[in-house]
Amino acid sequence: MDDLLREFLTETNESLDVVNVELVRFEQDPNNAKILDNVFRLVHTIKGTCGFLGLPRLATLAHAAETLMGKFRDGMTVTGEAVTVILATIDRIKEILDVLEQSHREPEGADSDLIEALDRMAVQSAAAANPQPSAHTVGTLIPQTLERPLQTGEVSLDELERAFREAPGPEAHGRPAAPAAASPARSAAIAPAKEPAKDEDKPETKVASQSIRVNLDTLEKLMTMVSELVLTRNQLLEMARRQTDSEFKGPLQRLSNVTAELQESVMKTRMQPVGNAWQKLPRVVRDLSAELGKQIELEMHGAETELDRQVLDKIKDPLTHMVRNSADHGLETPQERLDAGKPEKGTIRLSAYHEGGHIIIEIADDGRGLDTQKIKANAIAKGLATQSELDKMPEAQIHRYIFAPGFSTAAKVTSVSGRGVGMDVVLNNIDQIGGSVDVKSIAGEGSIFTIKIPLTLAIISALIIEAGGERFAVPQLAVIELVRVKNNTEQRIEYIKDTPVLRLRNKLLPLVHLGRLLSLDSRTEKSVESGFIVVTQVGSRVFGIVVDGVFHTEEIVVKPMATKLRHIAAFSGNTILGDGSVIMILDPNGIAEAVGSNTTSAALASEQAADAAQNEARTSLLLFRAGSPQPKAVPLSLVTRLEEVEARKIELSNGRHLLQYRGQLMPLIRVNDAVRIREDGTQSLLVFSDGMRCMALAVDEIVDIVEDRLSIEIPSEQPGILGSAVIKNEATEIIDVGFFLPQAFADWFRGGEKNAAGARRSLLFVEDSAFFRNMLTPVLRAAGYDVTALGGGEEALALLKAGKRFDIVVSDLEMPTMDGFALAQAIHGHKNGADTPIIALSSMTSPEVIARVRQAGFHDFVAKFDRQGLVAALKEQSAELNQAA
Amino acid sequence: MTMNDDAPENETEYVTVLIGQQLFGLPIERVHDVFMPGNLTPVPLASPEIAGVLNLRGRIVTAIDMRRRLGLPDREDKSEAMAVGIDCDGESYGLVIDSVGEVLRLGEQTREPVPVNLDERLARVANCVHRLEHELLVVLDIARLLDLRPSAKAA
Repeated sequence: MDDLLREFLTETNESLDVVNVELVRFEQDPNNAKILDNVFRLVHTIKGTCGFLGLPRLATLAHAAETLMGKFRDGMTVTGEAVTVILATIDRIKEILDVLEQSHREPEGADSDLIEALDRMAVQSAAAANPQPSAHTVGTLIPQTLERPLQTGEVSLDELERAFREAPGPEAHGRPAAPAAASPARSAAIAPAKEPAKDEDKPETKVASQSIRVNLDTLEKLMTMVSELVLTRNQLLEMARRQTDSEFKGPLQRLSNVTAELQESVMKTRMQPVGNAWQKLPRVVRDLSAELGKQIELEMHGAETELDRQVLDKIKDPLTHMVRNSADHGLETPQERLDAGKPEKGTIRLSAYHEGGHIIIEIADDGRGLDTQKIKANAIAKGLATQSELDKMPEAQIHRYIFAPGFSTAAKVTSVSGRGVGMDVVLNNIDQIGGSVDVKSIAGEGSIFTIKIPLTLAIISALIIEAGGERFAVPQLAVIELVRVKNNTEQRIEYIKDTPVLRLRNKLLPLVHLGRLLSLDSRTEKSVESGFIVVTQVGSRVFGIVVDGVFHTEEIVVKPMATKLRHIAAFSGNTILGDGSVIMILDPNGIAEAVGSNTTSAALASEQAADAAQNEARTSLLLFRAGSPQPKAVPLSLVTRLEEVEARKIELSNGRHLLQYRGQLMPLIRVNDAVRIREDGTQSLLVFSDGMRCMALAVDEIVDIVEDRLSIEIPSEQPGILGSAVIKNEATEIIDVGFFLPQAFADWFRGGEKNAAGARRSLLFVEDSAFFRNMLTPVLRAAGYDVTALGGGEEALALLKAGKRFDIVVSDLEMPTMDGFALAQAIHGHKNGADTPIIALSSMTSPEVIARVRQAGFHDFVAKFDRQGLVAALKEQSAELNQAA
Repeated sequence: MTMNDDAPENETEYVTVLIGQQLFGLPIERVHDVFMPGNLTPVPLASPEIAGVLNLRGRIVTAIDMRRRLGLPDREDKSEAMAVGIDCDGESYGLVIDSVGEVLRLGEQTREPVPVNLDERLARVANCVHRLEHELLVVLDIARLLDLRPSAKAA
């Protein structure tokens, strides 16, 4: 295709999208001259370019639309009818462009219907608000003739002449008169059509030169090359690891850093605002509201949230479909709304935001909500569930049936939705990109659909596992935890008939043997009872994948599978590992299917669904009793082990209770004086360890492990107790492990101990990855800090602005939306944080980064995995603080 | 691709390969390279013709076991197999064969239609047969060769 034409097509299609959106906005806000100017300019440009490229049909259409819009500009009233006609014209132009793209020729055909409608409206308005142009004409007009009849959109020479005379004359320059001066005359309100709108574009070229248009193929190719580079780098690193002392190490490290940065930059070029996928929606909603006779307001939030364009492409259609659904099924008619005491106008709210490595898109409406009864009836009619099954299900699970294939709740099938290829297709599309859809609905108040999708498909973090002698990659995002199982121990696989399950914290986890699922494993049941279980979550379903071995995690470049392999549901793609071999990437969705949808108990599913929203804020807590009937709790993540030991094994030495434990002496500390170390029977212990040291807290009884939000409501004066919180509807004392550790070993941590009055230093920990947050928070706590862990810089700043002060801040550098550098600057810029020391955490450790970190005002820099280094850095900062104080 | 392998008056160049004693021809312009299919990763649950996937200079290549594809018995000695690299619809495939022969330029005069009594599995992927001096060469149709099974294609 001609380069010029191709560029024209891309540009025009983009312009038309904007026109679509802007026109709808304009209709709602007809006095906004800015929007109109923008629309007018775009249409004008299209018209001009069409004329230039010799596309008369398009030029004629655009001209007619432009004329009508010109009238708007002159003050004609904006009617819905007129906007509809213009929108129809835009659609026609798009159709013609599509043909043009395929055949490289403008299709035959007439658009007299539209042009007539447009002209009619323009004339109507002309009658209403008639300007008197000729009044300004000065001088004699010589009638001029042209050799051919005028085409639509062309201006007669007479008019040109007039326009020229009306235009403010460029006095200083003696411009040649008459037709040649058509271009300068543009500044008059009359728009000639002879040339593309070059000069109109001029003010923009300065902005435009900041960015250039790059062919998508080029970008894709660049991405592929970078992927190759990443792989090659991984291979080199692997080789260097095997050699103890190699002169390649230095340069290789540099290569590695550069590659990582390159990868990041290229990934950035693929990022696009999610708003691009929303562009069509205002128009869709406008048309729908006319078609359905409903009043609908579309709110859009977070349109600037960026995600990979590959992902963007995949969610465009599902999003449109879901918005249609909300408008059609969700929102009521104006009368119904009034009857229900709601405003006549229904609202559909689209919002997008980042959360961890995901982007969340919500489609919420304030309509009638999902009709649980109807869904139930339909599920029974379609044979998806029985009445008794449904009776036992929580509402949220019943609502999920709308995602079942061929499920449509629309009582009457409209042209808008309800054709039976609805939500299941949506779910499918989103599944394909590793995302999930959830629905929450309250009858009478509306529904919220939540789409959770990965930011990018190209590079993911994966856990490499082995099953049946082959290695596979499991996307890290789906993995909740790893459990090691062994025959004849507590952690073992049990069977209900032939179904393998695992008892995991008082719940039954359905299991699937990967080797057997993939027909790789011919071994008998008995011999496979030791191995690892990858606890995996897909949507609200949790299950375990039994594998033979677990290696490590690796950043892998996802490559699409060959078409010949795509039918295998268990895999989502393949990749090349650092050692050069190809391995398959497991698709947790596909495996979940194999596990079967029945295996997750309804109760578990509903609990998970309810938890999903607040998962972040929840902590696993160990409940126990010690010295009083009132329960006490400690965050489970701090506890290394729970032990029940025979009381007679506890020895008393030098006034302290000691226990021989795993080859060393472990001190026993009582939570309070009311706890009696038993002399016979068994003693319950909570074991805490850090490196080589272990200590145990003696308690009366271990009660339970619960997941709950840990918010200490009443701080405590009593040493060793952080405060009280409501856990499982009971007031519970949260114990302060940091208080007990130094009792066992006086030097457990010096920094914390020096703070005699029990005033623990407050530490703000900002890290976007939940994994690192969970990993490091206990470390920081154990180092004697009162830790506030947050997922992003914005939240941190909000706290600061709310008047909270911290003694020290530890922040990740690489975070979405607000990175560590920006955060450091913001903290130091705020009065509550001006001299707070900040320690940077990063996975990048090049000298350049370190230099940048120092420059940005960080007090220290620690590599992400360097636990010891972090504690040391904290000690150093604390020591300085102590001196200052 | 400017060359047309079926043009009657033109001669066509074929890469000849040996699969289970039989000589086959692949249009030379479709053949990218010839390589040893080392470090093959099997793909569980894939159709039996798929020998696995492998890394060929950073590209993931799907290897197809030609013996299985043509309904011939499996090779006993897998170590010395060769593969012919081809591209189809933007994806890379490796046809695993016994050995690679020479390049032949063949014209219309030796060309014969596929015999009607040929084994159905072979006939489905054969384009024509050329009468060579000492043996017969079966020209394979790459598109049909890669059309493993309708269900897989639809998926």
